Order: sequence, then C-alpha cells, then structure tokens
Amino acid sequence: MSRETHIRVVDLTMAYGDFVIQRDLNFTINRNDVFIIMGGSGCGKSTLLKHLIGLKFPGKGDIWFDDINFWKAPPQEREILKRRFGVLFQSGALWSSMTLEENITLPLSEYTNLSGREMREIASLKLALVGLAGFEQFYPAEISGGMRKRASLARAIALDPEVLFFDEPSAGLDPISSRRLDELILEIRDSLGATIVVVTHELASIFAIGNNSVFLDNESRTIIARGDPKMLRDKSENIKVRAFLNRGRI
Amino acid sequence: MRDRLPPASKVLRQLEAPARPATVVFDATDITAWDSGLINFLRNVSRECNNHNIEVDDSRLPDGARRLLKLAFAVPEQATGRHVEPPSVLKYVGQVTLDLIQGAPAMVRFIGEIALAMERLLRGKAQYRRSDLALVLQETGPQALPIVSLISFLVGLILAYMGAVQLAQFGAQIYIADLVGIGMAREIGALMTGIILAGRTGAAFAAQLGTMQVNEEIDAYRTLGISPIDFLVLPRMLALILMAPLLTLYASLVGMVAGMLVAVLAFNVDLNEYYQQTLSALSPQHFLVGLSKGVVYGTLIAIAGCLRGLQCGRSASAVGEATTSAVVTSIVFIVISASLMTIMYQKLGI
Repeated sequence: MSRETHIRVVDLTMAYGDFVIQRDLNFTINRNDVFIIMGGSGCGKSTLLKHLIGLKFPGKGDIWFDDINFWKAPPQEREILKRRFGVLFQSGALWSSMTLEENITLPLSEYTNLSGREMREIASLKLALVGLAGFEQFYPAEISGGMRKRASLARAIALDPEVLFFDEPSAGLDPISSRRLDELILEIRDSLGATIVVVTHELASIFAIGNNSVFLDNESRTIIARGDPKMLRDKSENIKVRAFLNRGRI
Repeated sequence: MRDRLPPASKVLRQLEAPARPATVVFDATDITAWDSGLINFLRNVSRECNNHNIEVDDSRLPDGARRLLKLAFAVPEQATGRHVEPPSVLKYVGQVTLDLIQGAPAMVRFIGEIALAMERLLRGKAQYRRSDLALVLQETGPQALPIVSLISFLVGLILAYMGAVQLAQFGAQIYIADLVGIGMAREIGALMTGIILAGRTGAAFAAQLGTMQVNEEIDAYRTLGISPIDFLVLPRMLALILMAPLLTLYASLVGMVAGMLVAVLAFNVDLNEYYQQTLSALSPQHFLVGLSKGVVYGTLIAIAGCLRGLQCGRSASAVGEATTSAVVTSIVFIVISASLMTIMYQKLGI
C-alpha cells in the first residue's frame, strides 16, 4: 500500500460564529488509506467532513489535496478538484425526483462527453457494482434504506473519484447490511485505488475497514489520538479513547 | 412537581451572605417520596455552592437522588454562547431589524447569482434539465388554471357589483365595462394572479428546495460541482417569468366575463352594448401594463420562494418556516412593487 500523502490538514479551526467546535487540527491522509474520523456524538466529525468536501469555509487553517490548497485555490480550480471527490452523505442524499439511473447519469452528463446510451451503461455498471442491478428505473422512495445507501455509493463512484468521503455510512443499517457496506467500501478502495475518508462511531466498521484515524474530543475540542484504530484500542494512553474503542470497558 | 418546584431562593440568599457556611448538607432522611423537583432544587443549590467554593455533603440523600445529581454534573456545561433570556420587546425589535439588515446582502448575492445564471443560459452554458423546466412549467401554469379561474371570476364579480351599485345611481351602468375591463387588465388580474402564485407556487418552491436541503440533496449538487442555482432555481425562475404573464392575461379575461354577466343579468345592460363599451375602453397598452406586472410579480415570487428554500435549516420545522417566509416575502414584494409600478405608470402617462 502506498504511503504517499494525499490530503493534509494544517492548523484547521472550525467554528460556528464565535463558538469553536474544533481547533488546531493537524493530520495527513495517505493515498489508499481508509481514514476514520471518529469521536463522540457532537464533537464535530461531520463538520470536519463538510470542511474537507468544500461545504464549509474554515475559521482558520488550510486543507491540501496533493499540492493544491483547497480553500485558497481559485473557485474554478476548486470546482475541478471537487470532481475528483465522491461523497456518500449520511441520509444518502439521492435526488428524490430522479430515478437511480438518472442520479448516476447526471454527473456523467455534466462532466463527460459520453452518449446517452454509454451513460446508461455506466449507470447500470455502477448499480451492479453495489448489488443493485435491475433497479435503474426505481426512484429513491421505492427502495429500502440499505439500498439507498448503496445507490448513493453508486452515484458517489460515478466519476471514478480519487477520494471517497463517507458520512456515517452504517447509520440506520442492520449489522449484516452494515458489514456488506464495509466490504463494499474496501472493494471499491482496492478496485478504484481511491483514498477513503469515513466519519463514523460504529466500532465494528472502524475496526473492519480503518487503517488510520483521528479521534476528536468534544471537551478539549481538538485531536486527542491518531493512528491505527486497533492499535489505539489496545495501546492508547488516553483513557477516553480506549474507553470509546472498547465500548466503555477498559 | 405536581404542585410546583421547591424554590431554592432562600438557601441561595444565605450563600450570598457575608457569613456564608463552609459546608452545605443535604439531609433528606425525613423525605419519603421525591421526584425531579427535588433534583432540580439540589442542582441549583449545588451549582451555587460550587461557584462560592462551598463544600456539599450529599451523603444523606436517597441513593437514587444522589446518582441523578451526579449524572446532572457529569458533563460540564458547554460555553456555547447561547442563552435563553426573557424576551424584551426592545431586544426583539432590535433582533428583527438586525436580521433584516443582515438578510439583505444574502438576497442581493442571490439575485446576482441568478443574473449570472441567466447570462449562462443566454450563452447556452447553463446546467439544467429541459425536462425539469417542462415539469415546472406544467405545475406553475396549466395546473394553476382552476384556482386562477375561480378567484378571478369571483373578483370580477365583486368589482362589477360594487361599481354597478354606485354607477346605477347615475344611470351609468354601462360604465361597468370600463371599470371592470381596465381594472382587471391593468391591476387586479396581475395582483390576484401574483397572490395566488405566491401562495401556491412560491410556497411549493420553498418547500421543495427546503426538503432537498434537509435531505442533503443540495449539498450533493454542490459537491459534484453542479450549481443549484442553475439546476434548481433557473427552471423555476424561467417557468414563473413565462407563466405569470400568461396567467395574468387569462385572469383578466375571466374577470371581464364575470363583470359582463353581472352587468347583463343583474343590471339589464345589453350584451352587445357592453361588449362594444369594453372594446372602446380597452387598449393594448392596458394589457401590456398588466403583462409587465405579471412578469415582475413572477420574478419576485420565484426569487422569494427559491431563496427561502435554499436558506432553509436542517429540520422539518425549518421547512415550514421557509414556506411561510416565502409566502410572506412574496406578498410583501408584490404589494410594494404594485404600488411603485402604479405610481410610475401614472407619472409616465402609460
């Protein structure tokens, strides 16, 4: 596995007005990592993700993708960079007025020169990759929560992204669906060669897929641990981190 | 808690006194039953004791109460900067004024973004689906016909009756045709259409976009680099700009038919005479004035509906608030612009 740095967060401070959520965040994400952002509820995990994918402007600090300073790059360059991202939102965020096929073909129609038939073929392929072959003409409201998550993943990988961001991918899924999604994430990481960033507090998922992580603390409002989640579970010197990763048992 | 919460003020006053105690003991040995009222009292006293560095002895509390009290202090209060304070009228007025002032740049920015999107549309570079535009056209235009027909007919009827009763005193019933024709074509047709569209279409736009905001669908567009302005606002804007004047024209004609029925059936005006009088009273200019108002109202309703939808928060109640705000904003915009345009057209002699 390559250890080349892909994403670098430098002195990032996130705030809503005067209320600082997390401060002085520094970490790097290597290419092909499955990088976990974890921490207790309300510590700012999803907010950090929103900063990484360009939905929230940082209070302070920089986010680098390769050699591009994301928030200081010109808007056009930022838009081009965003096309290298795929995002799976917590709710799936499939466009409800479109079929699954249309959800996937929309980014293709915007950023490729494929013909209509080719785009439909790609949509069919992406849906097949996530186990939803045959559901092309279904609307999001007509499928189950787990299927929506997978369809959303199919849309996230529509443009073969370099970085895939997941916000609580297992939320609302039963353990079997959750495990299947974890396996799918690893499969896609290996097959697309993508870097994966996952926001979650699902321990089973954290240990199943993560090889690097940061732990955000909502009291000190900064990172209190980093590294391989399994190593943190067994050897972290921080009691709070060990308690979290051992479901309160230390 | 069935009666009221026990007040902690007596104890708190003693804690403020110069000769304050070194320790406060909670002795509940005589208490046989308790509920959250007790815990609330103990919490208030404990907090004050902590603030004054006074030791608290809770060993004589029931075990459950002691555990609940410990739980209440387990997570320190966060300095979020948000406090619920008793509302004061002055503060409320100030806050509303500040909100309005702070909201103005957002609206100007939004209008600027729409202008840029329109420019992209003219260059053929706008990102939107024609099928979406067709759907919104269908929803805003043909599907609004029944309600526009009903309201315009009734308003035409009322206008004719009100005018006819006055005009009949001078034997001038025939001028109902002028009153209804000019009134509907220049003002009432556009105004009623605007109000119907604000309540029907503007609210629908805010609710649609607000729900998309709640479901993170708008975020999904942004992360893919697709402009929600192009993709969601532009079709709605175009649909209302096209449909509002057409509906205005239709509403004016329906109102005139209603006026004619009142004049002919209730005030014995000859049908042909009424028709001829209407033709002589009306000129294309009157219709153009009405149509121009339709375009302006349609634009304002689309701006208010889409802006409030995109500004929507992330909860179900926020969608309701966005919808209400869209309708109120649209109607205020319509009334202000109607007044300004009426004065302007009068001054220009149009």
